[in-house]
Amino acid sequence: MMYDLIVVGGGPAGLAAALAAKEKGLDSILIIERDSQLGGILNQCIHNGFGLHYFKEELTGPEYAGRFIKMLEGTGIKAMCDTMVLAVTQDKKIHCINPTDGYQVLEAKSIVLAMGCRERTRGAISIPGTRPAGVLTAGAAQRFVNIEGHMVGKRVVILGSGDIGLIMARRMTLEGAKVLACVELMPYSGGLQRNIVQCLNDFDIPLYLSHTITEIRGKNRVEGVTIAKVGPDRKPIEGTEIDFDCDTVLLSVGLIPENELTRNAGIDIDIRTNGVVVWENMETSVPGIFASGNVVHVHDLVDYVTGESQKAGRAAAEYVKQGMRSREHAISVNEGKDVGFIVPLKIHREAMDAEIFFRVRRIFETSAIVVKDGDKVLAHLKRAHMAPGEMERVKLSRSLLDAIEGDEITVYAEEVEE
Amino acid sequence: MKELICITCPRGCHLKVDEENGYEVTGNSCPRGKEYGYNEVTNPKRVVTSTVRTNSREYPRCPVKTNGAIPKEKMFDAMKLLDDIVLAVPIYCGEKVIENLFDTGIDFVATKDVQ
Repeated sequence: MMYDLIVVGGGPAGLAAALAAKEKGLDSILIIERDSQLGGILNQCIHNGFGLHYFKEELTGPEYAGRFIKMLEGTGIKAMCDTMVLAVTQDKKIHCINPTDGYQVLEAKSIVLAMGCRERTRGAISIPGTRPAGVLTAGAAQRFVNIEGHMVGKRVVILGSGDIGLIMARRMTLEGAKVLACVELMPYSGGLQRNIVQCLNDFDIPLYLSHTITEIRGKNRVEGVTIAKVGPDRKPIEGTEIDFDCDTVLLSVGLIPENELTRNAGIDIDIRTNGVVVWENMETSVPGIFASGNVVHVHDLVDYVTGESQKAGRAAAEYVKQGMRSREHAISVNEGKDVGFIVPLKIHREAMDAEIFFRVRRIFETSAIVVKDGDKVLAHLKRAHMAPGEMERVKLSRSLLDAIEGDEITVYAEEVEE
Repeated sequence: MKELICITCPRGCHLKVDEENGYEVTGNSCPRGKEYGYNEVTNPKRVVTSTVRTNSREYPRCPVKTNGAIPKEKMFDAMKLLDDIVLAVPIYCGEKVIENLFDTGIDFVATKDVQ
């Protein structure tokens, strides 16, 4: 059977893409999920704070996912759980395997890649010391505690102050563990301010900024760690060491888009971010294959993943019904000064509008985002505050796109006078 | 004057609460910030999320939340109440797990369907 659309991944991105494609008239849609249930990582994010933008109310992760899972009812969208996709090919065949059907190859007219992201591990950041049990990523600990119901430790040190690490500091404390410290290499936290307040300050957990773990001790189980202050070069400073007796180290040191399937399919990936390279409608380098959510770039809020994924789903429907958008006279989007990475990197000339997402490389106070077509300023948008931890968004309307004369535009960030 | 960071939403507004002038809140971008600022200084409250046991082998835990904020100092007491609970499947999102916590009118409710 030939599906109109196969979505790889049943998390928030995959669910939103499938539903949007259905709304735009695609009939046979299949979501493939490797876990035993839909919802993806939201199932283990039991804390609240999701959905303020999209649903205008504060939901927990499982509630946010649950709403989309409910919306599937009666749509005819099929979901195949417990199924691992082994390969995606450019001619839109999907090789997958599960315990009931065995190995099978499915065909689709269009594909949305929505595999999400993975956590960086101890290996990725090379922490010195022995290799005992008790060192795990914050997300793995979150799954053990919240889904499987196992406590992972009693005395905990957390490395990294990303949101998952902060959320787990609170979670472990509420479950009876003692969180001794949250240790952050940078001079500022990568997490949201509200999480510093409600996850660390509420429980008097100290946050050590400009510090890192310099040693993990223990033979079978973690017995302790040493942390030290780091200089501006982020190297440990001798004489600043502090020892902690702990049995667990949780790592919250960044996320990387999960693009093994994408890479093996020969689809273009941005080597700096490991994200899929996409056009403004979330199309990848292969026409008819789209990508959305954290597989493209790591988002701050799931609400934005939903929005982006609806775009991907609608674009898949357009592709199936009307064929591909012309790639001639495409507009390239370039990173200007102090702009870290950009999504999308290309815009179809026929696009009705284009949303550009990026992160700045440093903290900006009163500033502006500038979009230029050669020397001509297309857009000049003021911002009171910008930080690398917060994704910025610029929307280019059809009339602005029409005004672009060249074949490339550049996005800058700059300070401005008040 | 007390300085706070609002935790109501990810925006994280920097609030100032003037205790001497009727707890006037400034720096908020929405009415919820005003309410948070007032409560945080007079009677700080938090939503508590956790999990409870289920009798399902496949899904041994069901996530729960308080359906409103409870006094901050009651957080650990609230957690303790969950220890003895085992929910029987099917569980429906929104189902009450513990009613009227500490006479606040706030309940623990399930946040997921578990079949």
